[in-house]
Amino acid sequence: MTGKLEVLRPGPFATIQDLGRPGLAALGVGRSGAADRGSLRLANRLVGNPEDNAVVEATLGGLAVRFTGHAVVAVTGAACAIRVAGRAGWPDAPIPVRPGDEVELAAPERGLRSYLAVRGGIDVPPVLRARATDTLANLGPPALSPGTTLPIGDRTRAYPGVDLAPRPSIPDEPVLRVTPGPRRDWFTGDALATLVSAPHEVTAESNRVGIRLDGPRLRRRRTGELPPEACVPGALQVPPAGQPILFLADHPVTGGYPVVAVVEEDDLDLAAQVRPGQRVRFAV
Amino acid sequence: MRVRRYGSRAALVDLDRPEQVLGLHAALAERPPAGAVELVPAARTLLVRFDRRQTSFERLTGELMRHSIAAAPERARPVVEVPVRYDGEDLADVAAATGLSTSDIAERHAGREYTVAFCGFAPGFAYLTGLDPVLHLPRRATPRVRVPAGAVAVAGEYTAVYPHASPGGWQLIGHTELAVWDVDRDPPHLLGPGTRVRFVPR
Repeated sequence: MTGKLEVLRPGPFATIQDLGRPGLAALGVGRSGAADRGSLRLANRLVGNPEDNAVVEATLGGLAVRFTGHAVVAVTGAACAIRVAGRAGWPDAPIPVRPGDEVELAAPERGLRSYLAVRGGIDVPPVLRARATDTLANLGPPALSPGTTLPIGDRTRAYPGVDLAPRPSIPDEPVLRVTPGPRRDWFTGDALATLVSAPHEVTAESNRVGIRLDGPRLRRRRTGELPPEACVPGALQVPPAGQPILFLADHPVTGGYPVVAVVEEDDLDLAAQVRPGQRVRFAV
Repeated sequence: MRVRRYGSRAALVDLDRPEQVLGLHAALAERPPAGAVELVPAARTLLVRFDRRQTSFERLTGELMRHSIAAAPERARPVVEVPVRYDGEDLADVAAATGLSTSDIAERHAGREYTVAFCGFAPGFAYLTGLDPVLHLPRRATPRVRVPAGAVAVAGEYTAVYPHASPGGWQLIGHTELAVWDVDRDPPHLLGPGTRVRFVPR
């Protein structure tokens, strides 16, 4: 079953991701890992992997890889047309692959990030016990480029006995639930009401670190600088201009802008699938 | 001490002084509250992430309030000696800003013991407190695109050793050959929160 996977085209941006490096924030190392963790877990389960095996996280599709041996793959996350040696393949289902087969992911119609898991996992050398690429801290393997060859490992479990695991499609205007952040008192009393009052547009300045939003401006009650303090994924940090940044997988470990609210961790997988230009709503 | 909600899975403890952050961090590391999964110290705060299945914000807050924020005893904390050559690119600027000679800068910087208050900015980047107030200087107006690994620098109330080459705006006063961070070493860091540090001129 083991063999190699050659990257023919990485698409706009593709990295290796797993469940990241939890527990090292006190040393300045963030968790990183898949932006949509649920999709990573599902992709691994579908091919009979432990949930934390490393997979490819493709941004806006466009990924093409070739396998040197027999393999079983699954594609989850943003649903896209899949071609295996020219034949159509289903998302959210295990797909057998033969030696020399090309697997291509088209651009998804909805959503941003698709996950390609291969049975056995991608076996690049771990850094601090994880294979995830942390794009902010520069840890882990470099982003995929044409010609990158990735070894396939042998960490497997039994097959799940599932042929298809359909998931709901990403809504046009996702709703992200928030709870109060630690520095709500740096803002005027109506800040949370303002935050939920109107949709926010996801701007093009968004990546694995965070989503820069454009919506109703949040006003500060306090000015001045906040000494750096630890951040969590989902934190809505607000620079002085008043437009929040939603922190995703590769967020900085500490930040110096006040956090007004925090998106529930259960909703972060959805947040990671929202495209630039799309709108989101927040709900308390 | 004030405990604030940080979303539904974390609490942020506000403290007045860096020593209190270290004291509480040390106390909690020794006897973690039920359900606490990670402690992250910063300048004046300690983040406590918790497992909602094992505790609640209210219960955790109650436990946190019972802990001491007195500084941990010094002998309990490791000491790291960092050999330094005081030849940083910004020495002349630091001399001009402080009115000190370059040898005075080296003497003042090496003449104190420091403590790692917290890490952040980049993996293994430790903020050391205890800097002589004369050397409290703002960051450079224009950050450098690349500061080499091992650069010894000052900014604000902190001094630091750049753990790897990275962009940076701190004032560079020297460099060390000591690898304070190495991802292929276990553990990767020499300078974790609470570690005492002495700079030894070379």
